[in-house]
Amino acid sequence: MVSALGPDVARIVVGLVGILVLVQINALFLVWLERKVAGHIQLRIGPKEVGPFGILQTLVDGVKLVGKELITPRHVDRKLYSLAPIVIFLPVLVSFVVIPFSKNLQVRDLNVGLLLIFAFSAFNVLAILMGGWAANNKYSLLGAVRAVAQNVAYEIPLLLSVLSVLLWTNSLEMSTIVKVQAKVWNVFWMPLAALIYLICATAETNRAPFDIPEAESELVAGFHTEYSGMRFALFFLAEYSNMFIVAAVATTIFFGGWQSPPLLNFLPVPGWIWFLLKTYIIIFCVMWVRWTFPRLRFDQLMNFSWKIMIPAGLVHLIVYAGIIKLIR
Amino acid sequence: MIQQLFHPGLVAELGFALVVLLTLTGAVIALRPRNILYNVLGLALCLTGVAGLFLYLGSPFIALMQLLIYVGAICISIVFAIMLSRPLHLSLPKRRPAKVGLASIVGILVFMVLCSVVTFTRWQPAAVRGNDWSIATIGRYLLTRYDLVFEVISLVLLVAIIGAILISGYARRRPS
Repeated sequence: MVSALGPDVARIVVGLVGILVLVQINALFLVWLERKVAGHIQLRIGPKEVGPFGILQTLVDGVKLVGKELITPRHVDRKLYSLAPIVIFLPVLVSFVVIPFSKNLQVRDLNVGLLLIFAFSAFNVLAILMGGWAANNKYSLLGAVRAVAQNVAYEIPLLLSVLSVLLWTNSLEMSTIVKVQAKVWNVFWMPLAALIYLICATAETNRAPFDIPEAESELVAGFHTEYSGMRFALFFLAEYSNMFIVAAVATTIFFGGWQSPPLLNFLPVPGWIWFLLKTYIIIFCVMWVRWTFPRLRFDQLMNFSWKIMIPAGLVHLIVYAGIIKLIR
Repeated sequence: MIQQLFHPGLVAELGFALVVLLTLTGAVIALRPRNILYNVLGLALCLTGVAGLFLYLGSPFIALMQLLIYVGAICISIVFAIMLSRPLHLSLPKRRPAKVGLASIVGILVFMVLCSVVTFTRWQPAAVRGNDWSIATIGRYLLTRYDLVFEVISLVLLVAIIGAILISGYARRRPS
């Protein structure tokens, strides 16, 4: 690791700047997309005043958020309260390091890349807990507790589904996982794993129909009720970046990463465009689900994970392990 | 230009100092404050630092597993257990001097034993580091060379599960 850090610090600096830019633009774009998708699904057109098709809307929103005062309520636990938005945001940046946008466009290709993403996603929950508890507010605490229960429950089937992919690709390195899918994408080998992954990933990023930690109608906003201005924006930025990471991982391990779809090989399109296209299609589907399904009740959510997703993931893993053993 | 600004060796040294500082700060936070939630978050910080130490020992796999299991699973379950148990706004129990004294003695003893182990063991040179990170290799090593570690991990989990069952059993038997 130290030797990996050695000779090209320049690459890391450039990579970090690139990641920061990507995070911002991604959040700007996704907020706009979310409102547009929501608008069209609810038979309205969403933002349309600022710029053509309202594309400048989120930019203006961003300026508004930056201008807002950072309010710290009197009864909060100050240290944890101001630390939580930072703790939720930093690990997201680390996860971007190993995402392979194309054959050459990757900050660092670690041989345990996939593991790194899952390891750092753990901080997300910790930050939600810190924020929710420090806000010293019943509803924030409830939101935080819900978030933890949900994340713990859905982490297991998520890892199980990824595990069957890993057995097949036999590597934790992101670029190798993509290269294995040169002929056939993993999603055609194990569609069930892809389905389990996408459902669990939706739950992990607290998106509807699993947005129980921030259920607007019951908890106002859950763990970030008391936050204002840029602190609130950091939570938002982290959420949208997490969505991107989750979709990018899905692209990498199931949908062939930067490779073009099997029948479109002749098109002279660079890899990173395919990668972004696939990623944003997955994000679009996740948004589509959000505006189509009603929110689950909490016990339904837990039952769904422990009684359906985890057994399904286990059975899938065992069956595929057997199949792979037979083939090899 | 940038190479001159950030000398790789210097960056590595600074990173190591940072990691050690993180571990020690985490350990102090895990012990000092009276608020139990702070203690757990301190523990999480300390374990993150230890994961960094593993990185410097050249074992990214163990480091990331440390984050995934200890920070991601164990610390979060502890916090969860705390949130579900005693309300935090009640007055804290007193810190008994006898308890503190005994705990310090045990702590110092354990530290001395660890130090003596470190100094008196004749350490073998490190095994040759491979570049093979395939799942098959990791699995093979877990079941052959490192099977003791693997079994100890399972034992820890077994103890945790039995403990959880026992505690919930007590709670159920107690007349409400």
